[in-house]
Amino acid sequence: MKKIFSLLAIIAALTFSSCSDDNDDNITLNTEAQTTFSFKHTWNDTEVTSADFNTIQYTNENGEMLSIERLRYVISDITFSRDGQDDIVFDIYNLVDVTNNNNTTLSLDENIPTGVYTNVSFTFGLDNEDNAENYIDLNTENFNVPEMLGGGYHYMQFDGKFINSSDAEQGFNYHAIRAVDNPGMNPTFPQDTFFEVNLGAVTITNNATFQVQMNIAEWFKSPNLWDLNQYNQMLMPNSTAQIMMYENGASVFSLENIIQ
Amino acid sequence: MKNWLLFLILVLVFACSSDDKTETYEPTPLALNIPEIFEQNIISPVIPNNNPQTVEGVALGKKLFFDNKLSGDETMSCASCHSPQLAFTDNTATSDGIDGIFGTRNAMPLFNLAWNYGERFNWDGQALSLERQALEPVQNPIEMHANWEDVVLKLQNDPDYPELFRLAFKTSTITKELVTMAIAQFERTLISANSKFDKFLLGQATLTPQEQNGLNVFMDETRGDCFHCHGSPNNPLWTDNIFHNNGLDANFTDLGLGAVTGDSNDNGKFRSPSLRNLAYTAPYMHDGRFNTLDEVIEFYSTGLQDSPTVDSLMKKLDQGGVNLTTQDKADLKAFLLSLSDPSFLTNTDFQD
Ligand code: HEC
Ligand code: HEC
Repeated sequence: MKKIFSLLAIIAALTFSSCSDDNDDNITLNTEAQTTFSFKHTWNDTEVTSADFNTIQYTNENGEMLSIERLRYVISDITFSRDGQDDIVFDIYNLVDVTNNNNTTLSLDENIPTGVYTNVSFTFGLDNEDNAENYIDLNTENFNVPEMLGGGYHYMQFDGKFINSSDAEQGFNYHAIRAVDNPGMNPTFPQDTFFEVNLGAVTITNNATFQVQMNIAEWFKSPNLWDLNQYNQMLMPNSTAQIMMYENGASVFSLENIIQ
Repeated sequence: MKNWLLFLILVLVFACSSDDKTETYEPTPLALNIPEIFEQNIISPVIPNNNPQTVEGVALGKKLFFDNKLSGDETMSCASCHSPQLAFTDNTATSDGIDGIFGTRNAMPLFNLAWNYGERFNWDGQALSLERQALEPVQNPIEMHANWEDVVLKLQNDPDYPELFRLAFKTSTITKELVTMAIAQFERTLISANSKFDKFLLGQATLTPQEQNGLNVFMDETRGDCFHCHGSPNNPLWTDNIFHNNGLDANFTDLGLGAVTGDSNDNGKFRSPSLRNLAYTAPYMHDGRFNTLDEVIEFYSTGLQDSPTVDSLMKKLDQGGVNLTTQDKADLKAFLLSLSDPSFLTNTDFQD
């Protein structure tokens, strides 16, 4: 008998909830919205997906031809700022894996109130506090940074090949991490290299999808003209390279569109 | 309305009938014994919903794994090439089957298989689950060279097996699918996480200065840089289970993943093996070309070959590799050996 009651209860619940949903849509204005972030990747104006990987076909600002073989990065702490009210902060992280087309879309678990926001932002990488946590899913993805470099996680792994100055194909590992000096038992950290990406002001009236774009070419452009012949591999323990990545990262992301 | 009534009646009928049923036999669920070091660091293992681990299933799988009946002339079992004393591999470069014909690949050691999250098995990822993997060696003409129908018939006519299948799967009608399900259950219990290095991570052992420096070589992007593919103290599987071309050859005789996907960008790619239990699993690489760890380390240090699909993580190809010092090579080896787990070889749960 118990089984029947619980079944009936479920049916009733389903019926009622679907009715109330209908009412909402028809009568009241939305007071809450679900937000989704979708990440798209380009080389300047050309879209890049993993189908475009492994072919030397892109030319960076410094004139080197290159291919992409792997691209994945972490974004975290999505923040909605409002005038006169507390920020709404989602203390989350997401590994955008372009190689396997995983997690290129992220829907936030909780809705936010509709209304006017002065800024929407996220962190590229992990701030130092988050970077000190143990994330078993990122461990499983082999995204760790060695303990002697301070531990924590990569912010980005961007691997490929370029044609070097001797006309030969050579690998590059544009791996962004927290800049570090004195690798070993007591590494030191010259400056922070995670950064905030500001998507700007937005009025949210409905469920919204933020279409965020990473222009991969920008990693090589400005303010530091990137010379792959000089900076190609073994960049993790190279704090100069890390700080240059951080600086170039400032112009990498943009908000393409908000669909709501 | 009528439909609703009918539905209610149906629900009633089912509810009653299941309540009325007299006690039915169910195999005993058996949780995987997840090592602390895995629990702390990596996500849960993969167990297919349609093949849960049970005491009876694992026991049956073990019996089948060691049973020569699975081969054409009843001279060979899975364990012939996957011996518990060798971390479930053999000690030849490639393996010969019942007809003495050698294959082209090195038999893989078997452990921590439920943590291969992508569930792509074999060197080239061709087998898409452990269950499906087990179908292959039985019928492979240069391995066990049997015919599944004959094997199933033999098992069905055996005095013990039908009852063991009933206990494991609630049916005494044997099929090849049930055989592979039982074997896969047994294989998932083959867990190895009790090496000296595991104990070090748990604070129960200390590393020698050599092993410590070897770990540093492994983790240092300017020296070994092995961790980008082979795990780290934070990913104690010691593999990423992903396909790479680590620079063994300039020209490929075995296309590896490329032959499976048909994509030339995958040519020469093989799955990174775990570096656990290397003390017992020589010879090394997909074709068993290296007899010793010294040879493997020398290869990474000075022997890399360039090819279009070589992984972009491989460095200084024009110099054959990162040219480790003699000391670093020796220490790297000492560290690698600290990942071997002698208790895995002697665990009585895994013996015939
Ligand atoms: C003749 C030797 C031989 C026999 C017998 C044999 N294997 Fe293997 N096994 C191999 C070889 C060689 C490979 C690697 C195959 C490849 O990459 O193509 C392998 C790979 C595997 C793998 C993949 C492991 C991984 O990590 O991907 C599993 C699982 C396995 N065998 C289970 C079995 C089972 C179960 C049986 C019995 C039904 C069996 N093998 C019989 C030689 C053998
Ligand atoms: C780009 C990824 C990558 C890097 C970096 C890498 N490996 Fe490997 N390793 C592989 C792959 C893939 C294989 C299997 C290759 C094959 O058989 O074709 C392998 C095989 C091995 C094997 C043989 C294991 C066995 O069971 O046969 C050992 C030992 C090994 N690697 C150690 C190391 C060490 C030590 C380093 C650092 C010096 C290192 N690897 C760096 C990907 C990598």
